[in-house]
Amino acid sequence: MTDLSDVWVYLNASPLLFLTLTLAAFQAGGWVYTRSGHKPFLNPVLTAVVLVVALLTLSGTTYESYFEGAQFVHFLLGPATVALAIPLYRQFDRVKRSAAALLTSILCGSLTAIGSAVGLGWLLGASRETLLALAPKSVTAPVAMGITEQLGGLPSLTAVLVILTGILGAVVGPIVLNLLKVKDWRARGLALGTASHGIGTARALQVNELAGAFSGLAMGLNALATAILLPVLWRWFF
Amino acid sequence: MLSALTLILACQLAGELTTRFLGLPVPGPVAGMMILFAFLALKGSVPDDIGAVADTLLKNLALLFVPAGVGVMAHLSLLGQDLMPISVALIGSTVLTIAVTAAVMARLARASAGEEGAIKDD
Repeated sequence: MTDLSDVWVYLNASPLLFLTLTLAAFQAGGWVYTRSGHKPFLNPVLTAVVLVVALLTLSGTTYESYFEGAQFVHFLLGPATVALAIPLYRQFDRVKRSAAALLTSILCGSLTAIGSAVGLGWLLGASRETLLALAPKSVTAPVAMGITEQLGGLPSLTAVLVILTGILGAVVGPIVLNLLKVKDWRARGLALGTASHGIGTARALQVNELAGAFSGLAMGLNALATAILLPVLWRWFF
Repeated sequence: MLSALTLILACQLAGELTTRFLGLPVPGPVAGMMILFAFLALKGSVPDDIGAVADTLLKNLALLFVPAGVGVMAHLSLLGQDLMPISVALIGSTVLTIAVTAAVMARLARASAGEEGAIKDD
Protein backbone atom coordinates (compact mmCIF):
# COMPACT_ATOMS: atom_id res chain seq x y z
CA MET A 1 0.00 0.00 0.00
CA THR A 2 1.22 3.46 -0.87
CA ASP A 3 1.74 6.02 1.85
CA LEU A 4 -0.35 9.17 1.48
CA SER A 5 2.76 11.33 1.71
CA ASP A 6 4.25 9.45 -1.27
CA VAL A 7 1.18 10.35 -3.27
CA TRP A 8 1.57 14.00 -2.23
CA VAL A 9 5.26 13.97 -3.22
CA TYR A 10 4.34 12.55 -6.62
CA LEU A 11 1.52 15.06 -7.18
CA ASN A 12 3.71 17.97 -6.07
CA ALA A 13 6.43 17.00 -8.54
CA SER A 14 4.16 16.64 -11.57
CA PRO A 15 2.46 19.53 -13.36
CA LEU A 16 -0.85 17.66 -13.34
CA LEU A 17 -2.10 18.74 -9.91
CA PHE A 18 -1.62 22.49 -10.24
CA LEU A 19 -2.72 22.53 -13.86
CA THR A 20 -5.96 20.84 -12.82
CA LEU A 21 -6.32 23.16 -9.83
CA THR A 22 -5.97 26.24 -12.07
CA LEU A 23 -8.65 25.04 -14.49
CA ALA A 24 -10.98 23.88 -11.70
CA ALA A 25 -10.64 27.15 -9.78
CA PHE A 26 -11.44 29.15 -12.92
CA GLN A 27 -14.47 26.96 -13.64
CA ALA A 28 -15.64 27.50 -10.07
CA GLY A 29 -15.13 31.24 -10.58
CA GLY A 30 -17.19 31.13 -13.78
CA TRP A 31 -19.94 29.18 -12.01
CA VAL A 32 -20.13 31.68 -9.15
CA TYR A 33 -20.19 34.56 -11.65
CA THR A 34 -23.07 33.04 -13.63
CA ARG A 35 -25.03 32.05 -10.51
CA SER A 36 -24.70 35.57 -9.10
CA GLY A 37 -26.32 37.00 -12.24
CA HIS A 38 -22.99 38.39 -13.54
CA LYS A 39 -22.07 40.61 -10.57
CA PRO A 40 -18.90 42.47 -11.69
CA PHE A 41 -17.07 42.04 -8.38
CA LEU A 42 -17.46 38.25 -8.67
CA ASN A 43 -15.09 38.33 -11.66
CA PRO A 44 -13.99 34.72 -12.48
CA VAL A 45 -10.26 35.64 -12.55
CA LEU A 46 -10.53 37.25 -9.12
CA THR A 47 -12.41 34.28 -7.61
CA ALA A 48 -9.97 31.79 -9.16
CA VAL A 49 -6.92 33.70 -7.87
CA VAL A 50 -8.36 33.96 -4.34
CA LEU A 51 -9.25 30.24 -4.33
CA VAL A 52 -5.82 29.13 -5.55
CA VAL A 53 -3.94 31.46 -3.18
CA ALA A 54 -6.03 30.17 -0.25
CA LEU A 55 -5.36 26.52 -1.15
CA LEU A 56 -1.63 27.10 -1.71
CA THR A 57 -1.33 28.95 1.60
CA LEU A 58 -3.26 26.27 3.51
CA SER A 59 -1.14 23.47 2.03
CA GLY A 60 2.11 25.38 2.47
CA THR A 61 2.90 25.26 -1.26
CA THR A 62 5.23 27.89 -2.75
CA TYR A 63 4.35 29.90 -5.84
CA GLU A 64 7.33 28.33 -7.64
CA SER A 65 6.02 24.78 -7.30
CA TYR A 66 2.51 25.95 -8.27
CA PHE A 67 3.92 27.64 -11.38
CA GLU A 68 5.62 24.38 -12.47
CA GLY A 69 2.12 23.19 -13.35
CA ALA A 70 0.42 26.49 -14.12
CA GLN A 71 3.09 27.55 -16.62
CA PHE A 72 1.31 25.58 -19.35
CA VAL A 73 -1.72 27.82 -18.99
CA HIS A 74 0.47 30.90 -18.63
CA PHE A 75 2.35 30.07 -21.83
CA LEU A 76 -0.86 30.30 -23.87
CA LEU A 77 -1.02 34.06 -23.15
CA GLY A 78 1.49 34.58 -25.98
CA PRO A 79 -0.44 32.72 -28.71
CA ALA A 80 -3.72 34.25 -27.41
CA THR A 81 -2.24 37.75 -27.81
CA VAL A 82 -1.23 36.88 -31.39
CA ALA A 83 -4.76 35.57 -31.98
CA LEU A 84 -6.17 39.04 -31.18
CA ALA A 85 -5.28 39.78 -34.82
CA ILE A 86 -8.40 37.84 -35.84
CA PRO A 87 -11.10 39.99 -34.15
CA LEU A 88 -9.05 43.04 -35.15
CA TYR A 89 -9.06 41.94 -38.80
CA ARG A 90 -12.78 41.09 -38.77
CA GLN A 91 -13.62 44.53 -37.34
CA PHE A 92 -10.97 46.47 -39.25
CA ASP A 93 -13.43 48.44 -41.39
CA ARG A 94 -14.82 50.01 -38.21
CA VAL A 95 -11.34 50.53 -36.77
CA LYS A 96 -10.25 52.38 -39.93
CA ARG A 97 -13.33 54.59 -39.95
CA SER A 98 -12.66 55.83 -36.42
CA ALA A 99 -8.84 55.84 -36.60
CA ALA A 100 -8.36 59.49 -35.60
CA ALA A 101 -10.86 59.29 -32.72
CA LEU A 102 -9.33 56.03 -31.55
CA LEU A 103 -5.74 57.28 -31.52
CA THR A 104 -6.74 60.49 -29.70
CA SER A 105 -8.67 58.66 -27.00
CA ILE A 106 -5.92 56.08 -26.40
CA LEU A 107 -3.37 58.90 -26.08
CA CYS A 108 -5.62 60.76 -23.59
CA GLY A 109 -6.16 57.51 -21.68
CA SER A 110 -2.45 56.71 -21.65
CA LEU A 111 -1.54 60.14 -20.25
CA THR A 112 -4.36 59.94 -17.69
CA ALA A 113 -3.16 56.51 -16.55
CA ILE A 114 0.42 57.66 -16.04
CA GLY A 115 -0.42 61.11 -14.63
CA SER A 116 -3.12 60.07 -12.19
CA ALA A 117 -1.25 57.02 -10.86
CA VAL A 118 1.97 58.94 -10.24
CA GLY A 119 0.11 62.07 -9.08
CA LEU A 120 -2.07 60.27 -6.53
CA GLY A 121 0.85 58.20 -5.28
CA TRP A 122 3.06 61.30 -4.96
CA LEU A 123 0.36 63.26 -3.10
CA LEU A 124 0.05 60.44 -0.58
CA GLY A 125 3.79 60.23 -0.03
CA ALA A 126 4.70 57.06 -1.95
CA SER A 127 8.40 56.22 -2.28
CA ARG A 128 10.31 56.62 -5.55
CA GLU A 129 10.28 52.82 -6.09
CA THR A 130 6.51 52.73 -5.67
CA LEU A 131 5.97 55.65 -8.06
CA LEU A 132 8.16 53.98 -10.69
CA ALA A 133 6.11 50.79 -10.39
CA LEU A 134 2.77 52.66 -10.43
CA ALA A 135 3.55 54.72 -13.55
CA PRO A 136 3.21 51.92 -16.18
CA LYS A 137 0.52 49.94 -14.26
CA SER A 138 -2.03 50.05 -17.11
CA VAL A 139 0.36 48.51 -19.63
CA THR A 140 0.66 44.80 -20.42
CA ALA A 141 3.10 43.14 -17.96
CA PRO A 142 6.24 42.51 -20.09
CA VAL A 143 6.32 46.12 -21.36
CA ALA A 144 5.51 47.62 -17.95
CA MET A 145 8.30 45.64 -16.29
CA GLY A 146 10.74 46.70 -18.99
CA ILE A 147 9.88 50.40 -18.55
CA THR A 148 10.26 50.27 -14.76
CA GLU A 149 13.57 48.46 -15.05
CA GLN A 150 14.88 50.98 -17.57
CA LEU A 151 14.11 53.82 -15.14
CA GLY A 152 15.73 52.03 -12.21
CA GLY A 153 12.63 50.66 -10.42
CA LEU A 154 11.50 47.21 -9.23
CA PRO A 155 10.05 45.04 -12.05
CA SER A 156 8.55 42.52 -9.58
CA LEU A 157 6.50 45.21 -7.82
CA THR A 158 5.41 46.47 -11.25
CA ALA A 159 4.17 42.98 -12.20
CA VAL A 160 2.00 42.85 -9.07
CA LEU A 161 0.52 46.31 -9.69
CA VAL A 162 -0.14 45.50 -13.37
CA ILE A 163 -2.09 42.35 -12.49
CA LEU A 164 -4.04 44.14 -9.73
CA THR A 165 -4.88 46.97 -12.15
CA GLY A 166 -6.08 44.43 -14.72
CA ILE A 167 -8.41 42.70 -12.27
CA LEU A 168 -9.57 46.05 -10.88
CA GLY A 169 -10.37 47.37 -14.37
CA ALA A 170 -12.31 44.23 -15.28
CA VAL A 171 -14.30 44.53 -12.04
CA VAL A 172 -15.02 48.29 -11.88
CA GLY A 173 -14.82 49.05 -15.63
CA PRO A 174 -18.35 47.99 -16.57
CA ILE A 175 -19.72 49.82 -13.48
CA VAL A 176 -17.93 53.08 -14.40
CA LEU A 177 -18.98 52.79 -18.06
CA ASN A 178 -22.61 52.19 -17.12
CA LEU A 179 -22.56 55.15 -14.70
CA LEU A 180 -21.21 57.35 -17.51
CA LYS A 181 -23.87 55.91 -19.86
CA VAL A 182 -21.25 54.98 -22.48
CA LYS A 183 -23.11 52.63 -24.82
CA ASP A 184 -20.72 52.65 -27.78
CA TRP A 185 -18.97 49.23 -27.90
CA ARG A 186 -15.89 50.85 -29.45
CA ALA A 187 -15.53 53.32 -26.57
CA ARG A 188 -16.16 50.61 -23.96
CA GLY A 189 -13.53 48.34 -25.52
CA LEU A 190 -10.94 51.11 -25.85
CA ALA A 191 -11.40 52.15 -22.22
CA LEU A 192 -10.99 48.60 -20.89
CA GLY A 193 -7.95 47.84 -23.06
CA THR A 194 -6.20 51.16 -22.30
CA ALA A 195 -6.79 51.04 -18.53
CA SER A 196 -6.40 47.33 -17.85
CA HIS A 197 -4.55 45.65 -20.76
CA GLY A 198 -5.18 41.94 -21.39
CA ILE A 199 -7.45 41.27 -18.42
CA GLY A 200 -9.66 44.17 -19.55
CA THR A 201 -9.55 42.79 -23.10
CA ALA A 202 -10.61 39.36 -21.87
CA ARG A 203 -13.58 41.04 -20.16
CA ALA A 204 -14.47 43.03 -23.30
CA LEU A 205 -14.26 39.94 -25.53
CA GLN A 206 -16.68 38.06 -23.30
CA VAL A 207 -19.32 40.68 -23.98
CA ASN A 208 -18.87 41.74 -27.60
CA GLU A 209 -16.44 41.07 -30.47
CA LEU A 210 -16.35 44.73 -31.56
CA ALA A 211 -15.47 45.80 -28.01
CA GLY A 212 -12.86 43.02 -27.88
CA ALA A 213 -11.22 44.12 -31.13
CA PHE A 214 -10.96 47.73 -29.97
CA SER A 215 -9.75 46.61 -26.55
CA GLY A 216 -6.95 44.44 -27.97
CA LEU A 217 -5.88 47.28 -30.23
CA ALA A 218 -5.93 49.74 -27.32
CA MET A 219 -3.79 47.35 -25.26
CA GLY A 220 -1.13 47.21 -27.98
CA LEU A 221 -1.16 50.94 -28.77
CA ASN A 222 -1.13 51.96 -25.10
CA ALA A 223 1.90 49.73 -24.54
CA LEU A 224 3.64 51.49 -27.41
CA ALA A 225 2.59 55.00 -26.29
CA THR A 226 3.60 54.43 -22.66
CA ALA A 227 6.94 52.89 -23.62
CA ILE A 228 7.76 56.02 -25.64
CA LEU A 229 6.17 58.71 -23.42
CA LEU A 230 6.82 57.54 -19.88
CA PRO A 231 10.65 57.68 -19.86
CA VAL A 232 10.51 61.21 -21.33
CA LEU A 233 7.86 62.41 -18.85
CA TRP A 234 9.64 60.80 -15.90
CA ARG A 235 12.97 62.50 -16.63
CA TRP A 236 11.12 65.76 -17.15
CA PHE A 237 9.36 65.72 -13.77
CA PHE A 238 11.79 63.87 -11.50
CA MET B 1 -6.17 22.92 -36.77
CA LEU B 2 -2.51 21.91 -36.38
CA SER B 3 -1.43 24.17 -39.24
CA ALA B 4 -3.38 27.08 -37.70
CA LEU B 5 -1.66 26.58 -34.35
CA THR B 6 1.71 26.38 -36.11
CA LEU B 7 1.01 29.65 -37.94
CA ILE B 8 0.06 31.42 -34.69
CA LEU B 9 3.18 30.15 -32.90
CA ALA B 10 5.34 31.07 -35.90
CA CYS B 11 3.93 34.62 -35.81
CA GLN B 12 4.76 34.84 -32.11
CA LEU B 13 8.28 33.56 -32.72
CA ALA B 14 8.76 36.04 -35.57
CA GLY B 15 7.45 38.78 -33.27
CA GLU B 16 9.85 37.83 -30.47
CA LEU B 17 12.80 37.78 -32.87
CA THR B 18 11.85 41.09 -34.51
CA THR B 19 11.39 43.00 -31.24
CA ARG B 20 14.60 41.57 -29.81
CA PHE B 21 16.81 42.30 -32.80
CA LEU B 22 15.37 45.75 -33.44
CA GLY B 23 15.08 46.62 -29.74
CA LEU B 24 11.42 47.65 -30.17
CA PRO B 25 9.51 48.73 -27.03
CA VAL B 26 6.61 46.27 -27.60
CA PRO B 27 6.35 42.67 -26.36
CA GLY B 28 6.99 39.87 -28.87
CA PRO B 29 3.38 38.59 -28.88
CA VAL B 30 2.05 42.10 -29.71
CA ALA B 31 4.46 42.27 -32.66
CA GLY B 32 3.29 38.74 -33.53
CA MET B 33 -0.29 40.02 -33.57
CA MET B 34 0.71 42.67 -36.12
CA ILE B 35 2.49 40.04 -38.25
CA LEU B 36 -0.57 37.75 -38.22
CA PHE B 37 -2.73 40.77 -39.06
CA ALA B 38 -0.49 41.56 -42.06
CA PHE B 39 -0.77 37.93 -43.17
CA LEU B 40 -4.59 38.06 -43.00
CA ALA B 41 -4.65 41.39 -44.83
CA LEU B 42 -2.51 39.93 -47.66
CA LYS B 43 -4.72 36.84 -47.82
CA GLY B 44 -7.88 38.93 -47.77
CA SER B 45 -9.85 36.66 -45.42
CA VAL B 46 -9.59 34.62 -42.22
CA PRO B 47 -9.11 30.89 -43.03
CA ASP B 48 -11.70 28.82 -41.12
CA ASP B 49 -9.21 26.78 -39.10
CA ILE B 50 -7.28 29.87 -37.92
CA GLY B 51 -10.55 31.52 -36.95
CA ALA B 52 -11.56 28.43 -34.96
CA VAL B 53 -8.25 28.19 -33.07
CA ALA B 54 -8.21 31.93 -32.33
CA ASP B 55 -11.82 31.92 -31.13
CA THR B 56 -11.10 29.01 -28.76
CA LEU B 57 -8.03 30.74 -27.31
CA LEU B 58 -9.79 34.08 -26.92
CA LYS B 59 -12.97 32.60 -25.46
CA ASN B 60 -10.81 31.45 -22.55
CA LEU B 61 -8.47 34.45 -22.42
CA ALA B 62 -9.43 35.32 -18.83
CA LEU B 63 -8.31 31.86 -17.63
CA LEU B 64 -4.80 32.49 -18.93
CA PHE B 65 -4.28 35.31 -16.41
CA VAL B 66 -4.89 33.11 -13.36
CA PRO B 67 -1.26 31.87 -12.94
CA ALA B 68 0.08 35.44 -13.14
CA GLY B 69 -2.65 36.60 -10.77
CA VAL B 70 -1.68 33.98 -8.21
CA GLY B 71 1.87 35.40 -8.50
CA VAL B 72 0.66 38.44 -6.58
CA MET B 73 0.76 36.17 -3.53
CA ALA B 74 4.55 35.78 -3.75
CA HIS B 75 5.08 39.55 -3.78
CA LEU B 76 2.43 40.79 -1.35
CA SER B 77 5.11 41.98 1.09
CA LEU B 78 6.27 44.49 -1.53
CA LEU B 79 2.92 46.25 -1.22
CA GLY B 80 3.11 46.55 2.55
CA GLN B 81 5.19 49.71 2.88
CA ASP B 82 3.13 51.98 0.66
CA LEU B 83 -0.23 50.24 1.01
CA MET B 84 -2.29 53.43 1.31
CA PRO B 85 -0.84 55.38 -1.64
CA ILE B 86 -0.82 52.22 -3.78
CA SER B 87 -4.49 51.37 -3.12
CA VAL B 88 -5.69 54.93 -3.72
CA ALA B 89 -3.53 55.37 -6.83
CA LEU B 90 -4.58 52.03 -8.34
CA ILE B 91 -8.31 52.51 -7.78
CA GLY B 92 -8.37 56.23 -8.59
CA SER B 93 -6.19 55.97 -11.67
CA THR B 94 -7.99 52.91 -13.09
CA VAL B 95 -11.42 54.56 -12.72
CA LEU B 96 -10.13 57.86 -14.19
CA THR B 97 -8.40 56.17 -17.14
CA ILE B 98 -11.53 54.20 -18.04
CA ALA B 99 -13.71 57.31 -17.71
CA VAL B 100 -11.43 59.60 -19.75
CA THR B 101 -10.74 57.10 -22.57
CA ALA B 102 -14.42 56.18 -22.94
CA ALA B 103 -15.64 59.79 -22.72
CA VAL B 104 -13.17 61.08 -25.34
CA MET B 105 -13.93 58.18 -27.71
CA ALA B 106 -17.71 58.45 -27.27
CA ARG B 107 -17.61 62.17 -28.03
CA LEU B 108 -15.20 61.98 -31.00
CA ALA B 109 -16.87 58.92 -32.52
CA ARG B 110 -20.28 60.58 -32.34
CA ALA B 111 -18.86 63.69 -33.98
CA SER B 112 -17.30 61.78 -36.88
CA ALA B 113 -18.59 58.37 -37.90
CA GLY B 114 -22.04 58.46 -36.34
CA GLU B 115 -23.53 55.84 -34.05
CA GLU B 116 -22.61 52.61 -35.81
CA GLY B 117 -20.91 51.10 -32.76
CA ALA B 118 -23.69 51.98 -30.36
CA ILE B 119 -25.76 49.38 -28.56
CA LYS B 120 -28.77 51.53 -29.26
CA ASP B 121 -29.37 55.17 -30.06
CA ASP B 122 -30.07 57.43 -27.14
